[in-house]
Amino acid sequence: MSQDIISLLKENVIQGRKTVDSEGIDETLTGTPGVIELTQSAIDNKIPADVIIGQGLTAGMTVVGEKFASKEYFIPDMLASAEAVGAAMELLKPVLEASNVESAGKFVIATVKGDMHDIGKNIVAILLRGAGYEVTDMGVDVPEDEIVKIVKEEKPDFLGLSALLTTTMIEMGVVIKALSENGLRNSVKVLIGGAAVSEEFAGEIGADAYCSDGFHAIRVLDSFQKAKA
Amino acid sequence: MPREGIKIRIPYERLTKEQVSQIHTASLEILKDPGLLSFNEEATELFHSNGASVAKVSTDGSPCWQIKLPEALVLSAVESAPKTVKLGARNPENTLLMKGDEARVYFITGSETNIWLDVDFQAYIKKSKPGTEVQIPEFLPRRGTVADLCKSAHVCEHLQTVDGYIRTVNIQDKDITEDNKDVNKFFASLNNTTKHVMSGLTTLKQLDNVIHMAELIAGGKEQLKANPIISFITCLVKSPLQMVNDTTHTFMEVCRRGLPVVVSSSPQAGTTAPIKEAGIMAQINAEVLAGITLSQLVNKGTPVIYGTVPVRARMDTLGDSYGCVETSQYHIDCVQLARFYNIPNYSTSGVCDAKIPGQQSSIERLFSDIVVTLSGPQFLHCAYGLLDCNSVFCLLQAVLDDAHFQMIKFFLTPPVIGAEDLEQSLKQIREVITTPQKLFIQHIRSVLRKGGVSPAYPFEGNLETDNVFALANDRMNELLAKPVEHIDSATIETIFKEIPGLLPRLNTNTK
Repeated sequence: MSQDIISLLKENVIQGRKTVDSEGIDETLTGTPGVIELTQSAIDNKIPADVIIGQGLTAGMTVVGEKFASKEYFIPDMLASAEAVGAAMELLKPVLEASNVESAGKFVIATVKGDMHDIGKNIVAILLRGAGYEVTDMGVDVPEDEIVKIVKEEKPDFLGLSALLTTTMIEMGVVIKALSENGLRNSVKVLIGGAAVSEEFAGEIGADAYCSDGFHAIRVLDSFQKAKA
Repeated sequence: MPREGIKIRIPYERLTKEQVSQIHTASLEILKDPGLLSFNEEATELFHSNGASVAKVSTDGSPCWQIKLPEALVLSAVESAPKTVKLGARNPENTLLMKGDEARVYFITGSETNIWLDVDFQAYIKKSKPGTEVQIPEFLPRRGTVADLCKSAHVCEHLQTVDGYIRTVNIQDKDITEDNKDVNKFFASLNNTTKHVMSGLTTLKQLDNVIHMAELIAGGKEQLKANPIISFITCLVKSPLQMVNDTTHTFMEVCRRGLPVVVSSSPQAGTTAPIKEAGIMAQINAEVLAGITLSQLVNKGTPVIYGTVPVRARMDTLGDSYGCVETSQYHIDCVQLARFYNIPNYSTSGVCDAKIPGQQSSIERLFSDIVVTLSGPQFLHCAYGLLDCNSVFCLLQAVLDDAHFQMIKFFLTPPVIGAEDLEQSLKQIREVITTPQKLFIQHIRSVLRKGGVSPAYPFEGNLETDNVFALANDRMNELLAKPVEHIDSATIETIFKEIPGLLPRLNTNTK
C-alpha cells in the first residue's frame, strides 16, 4: 500500500500532475489523484517524510530532470512538476518541522527597485520550491531597505536578486552595499540573474554568483551546499 | 489516402484578373504569330492535320517548320487536359493528388546536378582562446555517382516534408552509359524511397524498360495506370518557341504511354525571353500551352502538368539567376496562370546562386521557398539541397531545407480561433489574473502535446558558436542509419532478370 502510494507519487511528479484535475503528459492518469492528494494520503498513512520526499518527490524530479536534459521535456513540463513538488512540500512542512527535518535552505527572492519584470523570477521561485527550498518571494520593485529588513529578520541562506533592465541592474549593487553596511553580507549568499546581468557584472558588484536561469541557480545552490558540507 | 501536402487557403497572387486575361490573349497571339519553330516532323504533321498552318523554314542544318496554332486548337487541348493529376507511389500513402483548382502544395526534390558536395568537419583552435576548439565545415565537390543517388533517395525518404522525389544527382560512374543510365537512375530512386519518383529520360530507348520496371513494382500494367509510381518531365520547348526534335519525340512517346508528364519550359528573361515581366509571362505561357496542345493531340486525356521554370539572367554573366527576386515573381505569376486553366502546376523555388551552404544560400532559398509556396503551386520542385543554380547537390543542405519547410508548413496551418477556443481562453485569463504569479505556463502543456506549438529550430546551438552545420550533419547521419523499405526481394529478382543494364551492385537482395 505504502509503496503503491510512493510509486504513484513519483509517477505523478514525472507527469507534472498537481491535483486530481491536472492534465499530465499523457492521459493514463487522467482523473486519478495528483501529487497533492497522494502526498496527503502518504502523510495519513504515516509514511515517513524522508521516504515521501526521497522515493516519491525527489525521485520523480530526477526523472523529470533527465527528460528535460534529453529534450524530451520542455520548461512547462519541468515547471508543472516543480510546482506540484512545491505544493507537496508545503503540505509536508508541519511534518518536517515535527520531525526536525530541515528544508534544503531558505531562499528570499526579489526583483530590485524600479524594475517591474517578474517572469524569470517567478519561474526560478517555482523551480527552487520544487527542489526543496523554502522560498519567500518579495515580488517586484523592492527597495533595498525592505530586502535588508527581511534578511535581518528571516535569516535566509540565500538571496536572489533579479533585474531585466540595464537601468535597474545597478540596484543590485546598492542592495549588496546595504547588506554590508548593516553587517549582513556574510550571513547570506547573494545570487543575481536577469537578462541585463552577467557573470562579469556579478563580480563587479560583489555578488556570490550569477545564474543564467533557474536550472543554473539550482546547480549553483548545489555547489554551495557541497562546499558547505 | 494521399499525402496531405499543405493547403493554401488564400493563395498569394500578383496579377489582377485582367492581367491574367491579357497574358492569356497575348500567348494565343504568339502561338498564331510568330507561332512555333518545330524541328520535329511528326509533331509538325500532327499539328498540321489538326488545323495548324505549317510552313517549311529554310535553315542551314536540321529540317524546320513554322507552326501557327489556331486559338480553338489550343483551347480545346486545355479543355481536354485532366484537371486532376494523380502521382502514385510504392507506398500508396505517399500518393500525391493534384487538383488544378486547389492550391495544395507538395514539396518535391530535384533536380539533376552533376556535382555532389561532401562535407567534412575540420577542427581549428581559436587564436583568441587557445583552449577552445571549433569545428569548421569544408565542402568538397566531386562527380555524382549512383551510390550518391541511393543515399539521397534514402535520406529524402526520411525527410518529413519531402512529398516526392526527383533525382538529385546525375550518375556519372564509369560503368554508367547513355544506354543504361535511365534504368539505373529510376531503380536507384525507386528502391530507396517509397515516395513518388519523377525523372527526365536520357534516351528514349530506355522508356519501355523504365515503364516495365515500374509495372513490375506496381504489380502490372493496369496497376501502374491506377497507381503511377513514376512520371516524367520533358523540356520539349527550347526558348524562345522552338520545339526540339529529340525531346519532342520523347515527349510524344511518353504521352502515348499515358503516364503523367510535366511539360516544362525554362526561358531566361533578358536572353531567351523578353526582360519585361509581361513579355516573359506571355512567352512561357505560350510555350507551355503548345506542349499541352501536343500532349492532347497525341493522346487525349494525357495527365499533363503545367511546368514552368522561368528565370532572370544575371547581369554580370548572363547566366541564370535563381536567387534574384524577379525569378520568384515569375514563378508566382505562372502558378496563377496554371490556375486560370485549372491545370496542376509544376513550379520551382529554393534554387539559389550560392555555391556552398551558408548565409547566402539560406537567404536566397528561404525567400523564394516562402513566397512561391504562398502562391499555391501543386507540385513545388523546391530544390532540396541544390546549390550554384542547378549544378551542385549537398545532402547536408537538403537536411537544412527540410527544417525550414517544417517552419513554412507550420506557418501555413490555419488559425484555430473559434467560439470554444475563445471561451477557454477567457476562462484561463480570468483564472490566471487572480493568481499571485499571473503566468499561463500551466496551460501550455496540453497545446504543446497536441502539436499546437511550433518546434524549436532543430539545429539551434547552445553556445556562442553557430553549430547549425554540425548539428544538421548529425541529423543527416541519423537519417542514413535508418532502414529503408526496399522493393520486395522477389520483385527485385524479377527486375534484375527482365530489365537489361542494371548494375549488379544496386541489387539489395545480394547485400
